[in-house]
Amino acid sequence: MRIAPRTTQAIAKGLLLTATASAVGALVFVVGFVLAGGLRHVSWSFLTEPILDMGRAGGIFPAIVGTLLMVLVSVGIAAPLGIASAIYLAEYTREGRLTQTIRFGINCLAGVPSIIFGLFGFILFVNILGLGWSVLSGGLSLAAMILPTVIRTAEEALRSVPTSYRDVAASLGATRWQVVTKSVLPYAIPGILTGVILGIGRSIEETAVVIFTAGSAVQTPTSVFDSARTMAVHFYILAREGISNENAYATAAVLICTILIINTTAYTLMHRLMRGRRAA
Amino acid sequence: MTQSNPKIEVKELTILFGATPALNGVSFDVRHQEILAVIGPANSGKSSLLLALNRMLSRIHEASVTGSILLDGRDIGNIEDVEDLRRRVGMVYAMPIALPMTIRENVLFGIRLKRTIRKNEGDTIVESTLRSSFLWDEVKDRLDTSALNLSGGQQQRLCLARTLAVGPEVILYDEPCSGLDPISTAKVEEAMKELKTAHTQILVTNNTKQAARVGDRTAFLLMGELVEIDDTDKIFTFPSDPRTEQYVTGKFG
Repeated sequence: MRIAPRTTQAIAKGLLLTATASAVGALVFVVGFVLAGGLRHVSWSFLTEPILDMGRAGGIFPAIVGTLLMVLVSVGIAAPLGIASAIYLAEYTREGRLTQTIRFGINCLAGVPSIIFGLFGFILFVNILGLGWSVLSGGLSLAAMILPTVIRTAEEALRSVPTSYRDVAASLGATRWQVVTKSVLPYAIPGILTGVILGIGRSIEETAVVIFTAGSAVQTPTSVFDSARTMAVHFYILAREGISNENAYATAAVLICTILIINTTAYTLMHRLMRGRRAA
Repeated sequence: MTQSNPKIEVKELTILFGATPALNGVSFDVRHQEILAVIGPANSGKSSLLLALNRMLSRIHEASVTGSILLDGRDIGNIEDVEDLRRRVGMVYAMPIALPMTIRENVLFGIRLKRTIRKNEGDTIVESTLRSSFLWDEVKDRLDTSALNLSGGQQQRLCLARTLAVGPEVILYDEPCSGLDPISTAKVEEAMKELKTAHTQILVTNNTKQAARVGDRTAFLLMGELVEIDDTDKIFTFPSDPRTEQYVTGKFG
């Protein structure tokens, strides 16, 4: 028996709606659960005081500083490096076996479990290069972890800019570099930024890599050579060791809010940047 | 350089894409300040020819070019500053490609690649080029709004203004009116006729009537061969090759 197109249409729409609703629902539930459980324990002193008694008392100021520093180092390294690699791959190389191999490698790296990057960072940065457990070791390892994502999304973004923009610029006397900077990059920025924001998110939430490479010191780091713990690591330790459930949830809530703030800021900046370019 | 010397001399030009020939040993001259119309069915090598004239073909890896093209007697293959060549030999594409920026920024895009310009100099260039492309009256009150709000025909005239702004000696048109309404087409053709005073123009077109309207001379390309090049009147009344006659009278193509 053949089902009427109208019926299949209704079924398809229903299934798609259900899928979306369950995805969004699960997300809202998790975030809501954490925020509801955590926000009531968050206070000004919780944000500004040192970690006391392994986290049973005091605040999470050192972990906030640790998180921000670590993200700054990892994104500060991975973003320029990744965007430059993407530009090279998308604009300067001819599609061939070499680029396909490179792209395949990048895709594989993007799927490698983070603990492997932790081990890599521990061996290379902590031991061989002698950086010890430090924000720098952690940031470098996180950079290695998010680099494939940044490259991949940036390359996609660059390739989605119409070829005709490049042709127009070149026909008006643009050098290859000018083609990239004047008629490709400006229109690829939203996509590139999405990749960077994904990278920021992954750096913030990462625990395995950080424990392996930055340690879990409770003191506030004063330089990138100090050991530090991030909020994610702090949360993990509090929850796993059963030190303080309340503070664990409060930390998680602050963590989520931090991600929200960073994403909102990034997207606002992007829209401000893109204003006037689009048709009204 | 006297006016009797051709502006462009194409000698034995062959273009290959991989092993597939697009143009096969074509030779002809382009005179100063004429409009040379190039007609021919699809895949006859018209667009490839244009791309060779400002070396845009060198951006396509599979393309290889043999033979020579002289601009004012100088082989363009030996010009080191290819960006300068492209400023001298400008191009208007088939699809109007307005960049996603304001009308003013679009016009000044090419010059700004080379140097920074003062506000009033920019204003002068914007007005003169938009007047030349018959767009000024339609956009003079909204120069700082996005060019993407313009209609297709307006965008194409904006593209012409943008090409004019870098001061080309030669302008190449690759089927510039294929997507335009008749009124916009008429305005582009009007602009081309006015530009003859200072520019040499080559117009590739699928529209034989357009070639008859604006071309001083017309070249007929077929399967990568130059069948005939002559005064437009002659091509459309007494062509010497029967294939030309068949094409211009609409028997094929």
